[in-house]
Amino acid sequence: ASGRGSTEVDGFWDILEERRRTSDLSHALRTFNPQPYKGAPPCSSSELNRAVLESQFLRHVVKEVSAESGEPVEVVRDEASGLLEEMSQNLQLTFIRLLGFSLSKVFKRLFQKILINEEGLNRLQQAIPEHPVILMPNHRSYIDFLVLSYIMFTYDLPIPVIAAGIPLMSMKLIGEIFRRSGAFFIRRAIGDDKLYWALLSEYVRTIVRIGFAPVEFFVEGLRSRTLKSLPPKLGMMHMVLEPFLKGEVYDISLVPISISYDRVLEESLLAHELLGVPKPKETTRGLLKARKILEDDYGSMHVCFGEPLSVRGLAKGTVNRWQYNLVPRDLPAKPSEETLGFVSGVAHLVVRLQEKGMVLSPWSLIATVLLQNPLGMDLDALIQRTCWLRELVEGFGAVLHWTGRSCEVVLSSLSRHHSVVRCEKGRVTLVEEAGASPATPEEGVFRRAAAVLMCASYRNQALHVFVRPALVATAITSPTVTDEDIFAHFQFLQDVFSNEFIFIPGTSHQDFEEGCSSLRKCGAVQVCDQQIRVTEEGKDTIFFLTAVLEPFIQTYQMVFRHLTNEPDQPFTERQYITGVRSSTLKRILSGDVQSFEALSSDVQKNVLSGLVRMGGVTKLKKGVRSEFRVDKTTIGRIADKLGKIYILC
Amino acid sequence: FSCSSSGVKPAVATGLVGTVQQQDIMKWNGWGYADSKFFFNKKGQGEFTGKRYRLSGLILPSLKDWFEGTFGANLQHKSPPSLNTSAVAPPSLNEAFVEELKSTGIPFSHDTEDRVFRAHGHCLHEIFSLRDGRVGRCPDMVVWPNCHNDVVKIVELACKHSVCLIPYGGGTSVSSALECPPEETRSIVSLDTSQMNRILWIDEKNLTAHVEAGIIGQDLERLLNESGYCTGHEPDSMEFSSLGGWVATRASGMKKNIYGNIEDLVVHIKMVTPRGVIEKSCQGPRMSTGPDIHHFILGSEGTLGVVTEVTLKIRPIPEYQKYGSVVFPNFQQGVACLREVAKQRCAPASIRLMDNEQFQFGHALKPQVSSIFTSFLDGLKKFYITKFKGFDPHHLCVATLLFEGDREKVLQHEKLVYDIAAKFGGLAAGEDNGQRGYMLTFVIAYLRDLGMEYYVIGESFETSVPWDRWVLDLCRNVKERIVRECKEKGVQFPPLSTCRVTQTYDAGACVYFYFAFNYRGLSDPVHVYEQVEHAAREEILANGGSLSHHHGVGKLRKEWMQETISSVGLGMLKSVKDYLDPNNIFGNRNLL
Repeated sequence: ASGRGSTEVDGFWDILEERRRTSDLSHALRTFNPQPYKGAPPCSSSELNRAVLESQFLRHVVKEVSAESGEPVEVVRDEASGLLEEMSQNLQLTFIRLLGFSLSKVFKRLFQKILINEEGLNRLQQAIPEHPVILMPNHRSYIDFLVLSYIMFTYDLPIPVIAAGIPLMSMKLIGEIFRRSGAFFIRRAIGDDKLYWALLSEYVRTIVRIGFAPVEFFVEGLRSRTLKSLPPKLGMMHMVLEPFLKGEVYDISLVPISISYDRVLEESLLAHELLGVPKPKETTRGLLKARKILEDDYGSMHVCFGEPLSVRGLAKGTVNRWQYNLVPRDLPAKPSEETLGFVSGVAHLVVRLQEKGMVLSPWSLIATVLLQNPLGMDLDALIQRTCWLRELVEGFGAVLHWTGRSCEVVLSSLSRHHSVVRCEKGRVTLVEEAGASPATPEEGVFRRAAAVLMCASYRNQALHVFVRPALVATAITSPTVTDEDIFAHFQFLQDVFSNEFIFIPGTSHQDFEEGCSSLRKCGAVQVCDQQIRVTEEGKDTIFFLTAVLEPFIQTYQMVFRHLTNEPDQPFTERQYITGVRSSTLKRILSGDVQSFEALSSDVQKNVLSGLVRMGGVTKLKKGVRSEFRVDKTTIGRIADKLGKIYILC
Repeated sequence: FSCSSSGVKPAVATGLVGTVQQQDIMKWNGWGYADSKFFFNKKGQGEFTGKRYRLSGLILPSLKDWFEGTFGANLQHKSPPSLNTSAVAPPSLNEAFVEELKSTGIPFSHDTEDRVFRAHGHCLHEIFSLRDGRVGRCPDMVVWPNCHNDVVKIVELACKHSVCLIPYGGGTSVSSALECPPEETRSIVSLDTSQMNRILWIDEKNLTAHVEAGIIGQDLERLLNESGYCTGHEPDSMEFSSLGGWVATRASGMKKNIYGNIEDLVVHIKMVTPRGVIEKSCQGPRMSTGPDIHHFILGSEGTLGVVTEVTLKIRPIPEYQKYGSVVFPNFQQGVACLREVAKQRCAPASIRLMDNEQFQFGHALKPQVSSIFTSFLDGLKKFYITKFKGFDPHHLCVATLLFEGDREKVLQHEKLVYDIAAKFGGLAAGEDNGQRGYMLTFVIAYLRDLGMEYYVIGESFETSVPWDRWVLDLCRNVKERIVRECKEKGVQFPPLSTCRVTQTYDAGACVYFYFAFNYRGLSDPVHVYEQVEHAAREEILANGGSLSHHHGVGKLRKEWMQETISSVGLGMLKSVKDYLDPNNIFGNRNLL
């Protein structure tokens, strides 16, 4: 308990504190005797695999695949067995201990503190024996799941099995270690591979059904390169929920877990990826090279275990489980629209709760402020503005990790992020990559953009706090707005940006209410007689909030313009990215576009998916690759409406 | 047409003489015979009174501990019934109807006691209200037709004078089917079939018997036995329920594996409806003459008319009967065994599987053993099963078996079943355990009355479910739902939530749940009970269980009918009702 200082966020405590005091070896070799899910009979990994291969579901699919492909059943079954071998975890306590020992060493070098909320951990501890538990962390860094398993080990909780991407597996030694620490590996592009889908889903369902171990997976699907929440992927979510929907377990507990970092290990890689510089293949050697990372200071990380969600509670009144009564449960069946809607709603809710549980680093606020002052700021002004912002976000209900006096907090953040910002002679500016002065103006832009995108990533960690009030602020201040259609404006903006920010489908009204009430609480608006008015002292806040959205609006408009000007021809995603990138570059050079964020391939891809959703672009399946065709009228209409709501300066 | 029989064999006179006596020997606010009940004696030992049952007159030393341990009940905390004679609203009589009825000579009564006795079935809320001295809407009078023709006359008069008729057989309904709709403004007449209790003929060539529908199960069986026959239809309520009631609710009997359920047993049905008498013209064993009209009658729950006479299949009394039991290490293994038995289609006359809680309950009803030797043997058995075989007493469960037929075949059959059981880790546990299991079925309803003396209320309900979704699924989910709902509703002590598998079929099984809790500290225990039962039913349906296997729908489960049989299906049933009974003379408002 001594790890808890008064300066920490309430209820969080540092698990490294004890590691710094007592032996890592005895920590790794301690008695590990977690209480399992009550219904779970002890089951080895190989028994689990056998149960999957021998399940009626899999036998059925194997027969189907054999009939479709003409291959004999035995061949398909062997193939399935091979795939399962590739996929399956091989959780072994010895490796957990080994990993525990080495992670103690690594984490102590990397982080000042790893702070976790004790209360959440207690709730998790109580949930585990009751129902199968699904751990659902957000994904910002490779070490996310290492940290989680480490925490579970430290707190005598069952080690989870973890859905991981196949690239990790190809790292020879590391892949095997991960496998023995409970990771199972999923191929990236499964597509229509029926056998693979069947194996994966039966594997996951079996683990949940028998309560083999808590299942951990990243509902966002990927590590977020932008540090912003990603729209959830639904495949794995559905697999995990099915045992409840089919009555095979009484309930399932979903535990949203919010992981946030003062500084992310992969930060410089991230920005480069977004700018189109390919990321190095994940190899063991690459990881060893990354040893120099160990020399640096990464501040603290926070792991916040959310309140376990009862799937039964969520399903009440939304899913009619009768629908499963008429088909044998062991046969593959397409989920109903109702079920898909439920799965999507749950997945979005979890991402939303991950956002809400996040402990923000002061650096996220500093980055937000700096992005709005691209030419740099005086340190005093930066401190002042950051403190102002701190009050604002705390008013919006966010939790900040603010330990100590404000100027110290800001200064220590600045020094930790010396690769991004520099403070010289009382002036704070973004750092551009060192090296010879840029050969071309384009190169200059990319260097600058790398710094901006890195900053933007950290702003993104706090973006969810601003999004709703910012959308309301944008709607209110729109020149075309009358009181009646503030909500219509809000809804339109939400629609356009719903691939960018996470909104739970069908909850526009609540989102609007939330945005309004945030603005009202901070005094930025007044509501009287059903009318929303910006107050005099609120103008600054409203300006700030709309400015948070501006880079996104600018990028979207930029892409809209690009697409409507292009010749009428189907294109692939790769062609799209290249096209947008060069046209953005041109416009930045010409001064037409100010935001360097428009160069982020992530936002560009979001625009494309958004357009597909809104009918501005049609996705055509052409063999394995998809092509896109533009509907200029629709895009024009959207661009027009957006342009009227928000006039770019 | 006369009431006298014209059968192949002279009609057998029944031993029972009429309503008044039946009513006199039964409780008016509890289950069964007035002389039979559980109570705790001065030493705190359980006892069962009367002489009618195997358990009667015996001391049950473990009952108290089980009762207090399971429910957190305390013998010091009694909740006796309030015995003040209830204020029953005076009858609202249809004078014209009464006048014409008088002229027919059919006996009737509007005595309060007669009316109250027929105003309820045996749902918890019905009995609880009675113990509280509260009575809702009652029938305004009771009529006792003596034969089919009497029923025809009564129905005619009811139609003529717009009187609501509610058929009454044995009064053992557990679906609120006998409750008078409070919104009914017409005079309500309870049509008590108990006087129509004769076997009209027995046809030994075709092995059928033609019986009046008011006959009570045990009388039917006893009378047939006198001639060397039986129907083999033994629902748990057979001491009190009537043949007509079985038809009207689609009853199921314990020994259905040999004899079939009621729909398999009936060859011919005669029913009086407002539109006229419905019956088939021949007794062919199977017909292809459009949808079987019997299936409109079976399960009609008194909404279409009165079943007056039924021709049933009968069988010679089996030469040999043998009980048996098997102990399994856990419920899952037991269910796997039952499934295998069903798969091989070798189920004995009856095979039932109790879960661990019911196994423990069964132990609580073990009478005081007569000798040290028996007690020593019991100890040895227990030692063998738990220590030597490693069964966990908190997980093991018991299947009870009943074999019937000729001796040799029974013994072969028995071996086959025990061999299958052994494959699933089952150990034969003796005839006595089996027999006691079946005896429990008849006394468990009495036990509820004991509970009500000490703040414990409970009830049973049932469902049928396909094999693939139940063991650790439907059973576990429903039991868990009950426990959680109780907690949520503020029940202070963990409830008894237990189940057993009572019937096996090719494609599924019938599951029975018992649910009871200590209601001290609750202001409206019956409401809590109903909410929990409602939730449990929702859970059953969401897990692929049916709305009812044999209790029927009544008014208690009506709300789920449309989802259960589709709105088109419901429309079909309604149109039949509209044709047969356009003025809703049979206005008990069950089912639809």
